[in-house]
Amino acid sequence: MEKKPDTHIFDYKTLAAVLCGLLILTAITVGVSCVDFGKLNVWIALFIASLKGSLVLLFFMHLKYESRVLVYSFLSTLFFLGIMISFMFWDVGFR
Amino acid sequence: MPVFHMDNRLWGSMDITQSFFETPAPARYKGILSWLITTDHKRISLMYLFSILFWFFLAILLGGLIRLELMFPGQTFVSAQVYNSLFTLHGVIMIFLFIIPALPAIFGNFFLPIQIGTDDVFFPKLNLLSWYLYMAGGIIAILSLFSDGFPDTGWTFYVPFSISTHTNVSTAVFAAFVLGLSSMLTGLNFITTIHRMRHSLMGWMQIPLFTWSLYATAWVQLLATPVVSITLLLVMVERYVGVGLFDPAKGGDPILYQHLFWMYSHPAVYIMILPGMGVISEIIPVFARKSIFGYKAIVASSMAIAVAGSLVWAHHMYASGMSDTAVFVFSLLTFVVAIPSAIKVFSWVSTLYKGAIQMAPPLFLSLCFIYLFSVGGLTGLVLGAAGTNIHVHDTHFVVAHFHFTMFGGTGFAFFAALHYWWPKMFGRMYNFKRAYIGAALLTGGFMFHYVPMFILGLQGMPRRYFDYLPRYETGNFLAGFGAAFMIIGMFLMIMNLLFTLRKPRNASSDPWGGTTLEWQTPSPPPLHNFISEPEILKYPYDFTGVVERYSKETKE
Repeated sequence: MEKKPDTHIFDYKTLAAVLCGLLILTAITVGVSCVDFGKLNVWIALFIASLKGSLVLLFFMHLKYESRVLVYSFLSTLFFLGIMISFMFWDVGFR
Repeated sequence: MPVFHMDNRLWGSMDITQSFFETPAPARYKGILSWLITTDHKRISLMYLFSILFWFFLAILLGGLIRLELMFPGQTFVSAQVYNSLFTLHGVIMIFLFIIPALPAIFGNFFLPIQIGTDDVFFPKLNLLSWYLYMAGGIIAILSLFSDGFPDTGWTFYVPFSISTHTNVSTAVFAAFVLGLSSMLTGLNFITTIHRMRHSLMGWMQIPLFTWSLYATAWVQLLATPVVSITLLLVMVERYVGVGLFDPAKGGDPILYQHLFWMYSHPAVYIMILPGMGVISEIIPVFARKSIFGYKAIVASSMAIAVAGSLVWAHHMYASGMSDTAVFVFSLLTFVVAIPSAIKVFSWVSTLYKGAIQMAPPLFLSLCFIYLFSVGGLTGLVLGAAGTNIHVHDTHFVVAHFHFTMFGGTGFAFFAALHYWWPKMFGRMYNFKRAYIGAALLTGGFMFHYVPMFILGLQGMPRRYFDYLPRYETGNFLAGFGAAFMIIGMFLMIMNLLFTLRKPRNASSDPWGGTTLEWQTPSPPPLHNFISEPEILKYPYDFTGVVERYSKETKE
């Protein structure tokens, strides 16, 4: 059997800090939606959402303490998602 | 020369232990409940086997009816509308209910835990849920037939037709959605099992190739299936709400549907073929009595096929109106996939070279696989190249090509796996002669059925047409005979296997002389798979022990 990573239990302090971080990022999302950044509007919203997603994955879903295989497996899924979406976009761009 | 079971010189010993047939899990249930509520991966595998066989034969019947209708020009015995429904159902059932689940759900469920030296999959209850979802998907597909007319879109459910036709597309699409869920859960279960439950002494490079192929397949199942599931739900949303996602009049894009559909459905081709390749990689070394040539190359090519196969979806769309740049890039990527596939074919042939080959039905079917799959692969290059593709797009050439890869490939691998592992699953050996006759009829009928379709396609006969011009008469007429031979051959092989169930168990633990862990356990295996701790070989295809045993027994 593959070596199992040690079970990791977060203390409430860390979890509360992550929760606060998520709430602050939500507030920032709402805040920046009131300002018109032109073409950057979507990219800024996506960037903040990605940051929030990363916090959830790393701490709430314990990815920070998982084995490398699992981390790479997850990153490769993101890579594929990126390829699939970008290939469709540039097909439209070149039509 | 030893004839594996005819002269009773069985390798291994007949083990007198209670098999999983006699020891239900959970133990408190008996009779039909011991099957319907089981969490034993072997019982779930057998439930898949018989349900999948049911769908398979139904789809064969529908395919036979299509071919019978096409044997003669004009209307023969069904109307054009019924003909459209026939090929839709044939495609939907064959793809979603037979060929995608067949190898992983039956043989993967049965042998993956055994090959990695463990007692079950990581999520046994999720495994049972996958079977129920599979059955629910099948029943919903049947229900779609009895309201608002048979679906008539073909298995691809292309927009704008699928969102405008008045037949019952929504229910058929929902059936495919539920079946997708079943497939995803199986993939998730397999990945977790391989990571978490492997025997402590089994490293990544000691995993048998069938399990490796299931691992690569499971990743594709997990990553690609959600795309089509959501896309099919979007078709339902379009039909009920009319949002306009795929309707240009409302700012939508019909080509977007094709992208999303093929983003799953092309990788699905590899979900279908990769486990088949894994089966062949197991069978060839056993009957060549020789270590597999290029173990690491085969492992790498499985993963490479999973990766590269996920990046070539738009080669189904050269004539759709997508950009020329996309046509060029996807054509190039398509040719890249040919490399890992070829690595496997070369490795199998090199394994046979100078091996001590012992012919048996599983090997015979595997050799047919190599030939038919190679023809399918090479004709795939004709379709992968954008220039030639335009000429044969949507013709019978395409139909012949994908039947060569899917049926000549996965279908033959399915039959090879059935003949290879049947003695292990049921503890009974079958009649070789009948198996050979069935396999020969299947292969001969296959060639007679699909080669005329290649020619018809090159002559320009479109696929999915109810009627045709007089110049296509001969080809269609001849193909009908091939279909009849094929059906007789398959029927003979299956009946030959089913007949063994009436006889007492007679197969030893290792009737073929295999090296992977399933041959270290009794036939059929006990509930927890092994009686004693299995011996993990440093290299999973080391035949030194088998050859020594073989020499000793032939001297005796």
